[in-house]
Amino acid sequence: MEDQEKLSVLVIDDSQYETRLTEKFKYRRPFSKPDPKHVLAYIPGVIQEVRVKAGQTVKWGDSLLVLEAMKMRNDVTAPHNGTVKTVHIQKNERVMKNQLLIEFE
Amino acid sequence: MSLASQMLEFFRRKAKVILGGGEKAIEKQVAMGKLTARERITTLLDQESFHEYDLFVEHKCSDFNMDKKQLPADGVITGTGKIAGFPVCIFAQDFTVAGGSLGLAHARKITKIMDHAMKLGLPLIGINDSGGARIQEGVNSLAGYGEIFYRNTQASGVIPQISVILGPCAGGAVYSPALTDFVFVVDKISKMFITGPEVIKTVLGEEISMEDLGGARVQTEITGNAHFFAHSEEECFEQIKRLVTFIPWNNRKRPDPFPAKPPKPEFDVEKVIPVNPRQPYDVRTLIRSICDDSDFLEIQEHWAANIVIGFARLNGETVGIVGNQPLVLAGVLDVDSSDKAARFIRFCDAFSIPLITLVDLPGYLPGVDQEHAGVIRHGAKILYAYSEATVPKVTVILRKAYGGGYIAMCSRHLGADFVFAWPTAEIAVMGPEGAANIIFRNEIATADDPDAMRQSKVQEYTEKFANPYIAAANGHVDAVIGPHETREFLIHSIEISRDKQENRPQKKHGIPPF
Repeated sequence: MEDQEKLSVLVIDDSQYETRLTEKFKYRRPFSKPDPKHVLAYIPGVIQEVRVKAGQTVKWGDSLLVLEAMKMRNDVTAPHNGTVKTVHIQKNERVMKNQLLIEFE
Repeated sequence: MSLASQMLEFFRRKAKVILGGGEKAIEKQVAMGKLTARERITTLLDQESFHEYDLFVEHKCSDFNMDKKQLPADGVITGTGKIAGFPVCIFAQDFTVAGGSLGLAHARKITKIMDHAMKLGLPLIGINDSGGARIQEGVNSLAGYGEIFYRNTQASGVIPQISVILGPCAGGAVYSPALTDFVFVVDKISKMFITGPEVIKTVLGEEISMEDLGGARVQTEITGNAHFFAHSEEECFEQIKRLVTFIPWNNRKRPDPFPAKPPKPEFDVEKVIPVNPRQPYDVRTLIRSICDDSDFLEIQEHWAANIVIGFARLNGETVGIVGNQPLVLAGVLDVDSSDKAARFIRFCDAFSIPLITLVDLPGYLPGVDQEHAGVIRHGAKILYAYSEATVPKVTVILRKAYGGGYIAMCSRHLGADFVFAWPTAEIAVMGPEGAANIIFRNEIATADDPDAMRQSKVQEYTEKFANPYIAAANGHVDAVIGPHETREFLIHSIEISRDKQENRPQKKHGIPPF
């Protein structure tokens, strides 16, 4: 372009194109495979109750914690049998969406 | 009683109502950097052209002591007038009267002027500046909104509907603008959202300001909800005046022709496009080098900028232009750009505005985020919109037209009436690099010098396929034309398509991939 704007390169089907990138494109979230050992917050909210401790063994469906969001108390349960490795949150803590809550061994 | 005393009584009543919420409320409105509802109407419309109706309408609510409250004109000004000589129906919510809150009488004034607009076949302009539902009126207020949405939908594709957001427009209220064709916003004044910062904070614990949540910039750059961004109300009104000259009053009419003018000499169609097909250019410069007076009204300039849409004139006639923008993301189609183009195509088709498509794209944007955002469903909208449209459709392939992108951009196969290609056009399944890597995979892998072999195969493919002549040999392209001939070819094809008729199977309506 006229005023020597610094352009980026976008590769599509092995062809390289000089072009501007949009903010949305630059900040797009890279895909990461969900880790079955991680329990994430599926909605932003406040931790009302923590029901497990590190080292505790739980079964599929056991209640791990209560996450209050949208004026509802959501019971977050164990996605599988296992042992809790780390509890990353405390009671009354405010959590964002996709924040790591509990890690399994 | 004499006429004089009756007139006096009339003036007394009128003076009281016309002041809206009173001087104090007006002072507040001005302090927020806003014009009053009445000033807005008179600034937007031609001088002395505004005729007001329903000035003396009153609400009938008696709950919560509302019977003791008089709300002048019930918080909304309605009437008819002209913009640059074109007649329009208009309403403006008056924030100085109970925060512009919408009660049943307020809503019925709006639906009445909407019904007028439909019967008379006139564009509708709605100026929104309202705190939302009038809570004291309860479900009657909700009824009012619903009646407006219903009419917005009935009027869609029959008369052009323009929404101007000059204040808050929150909750359900914002669905009326969303159903209209063009939404105008002004920096620091417009606020649009479904649930406001307060609710988001209490319910989800996320803190955000009104401006960051749904301000004018957000709506024009991130969400695509708004079509035109202005720094001031005055600039916004100038944009509306310009838009109105390009579009027809209703779907039974054509836009008024303007005196034909050649493009300005500083826009040279031969100098826009770089020789190297991997280098970008601004397609808007190319549009300005083809259209009358180099006058192009771009829509949604700041959102999904990898596609450019807007109105221009060719030989005095309004045309809708859709062009890939190689300057941004190489001009790819993606979720947002497909949405943007598809809606515009449907507007043009509904209002008999011929479509010009300028093609230069490498295809659809690859990526997990795109696939997971539903690029299949959204990308399909552009195919649907082009295939469904019966207005004259003329396509010019400038450079790259690869794969699905080639088909989507109003190819002959989707019903283009005329497809022209420049000698620089490359109509192929994919770019030479990608194609060579697939077709000659073995040759490249087993060569002594794979890079040299790849280079030579890319070269071979480029010479053989990266041109418009194979498509022309198959009749998919009607004519290969030079850049300098483009304007003349476009004018001629639009001119001879004036009485185009194309039949579609009878149906109640299609089911586009919304």
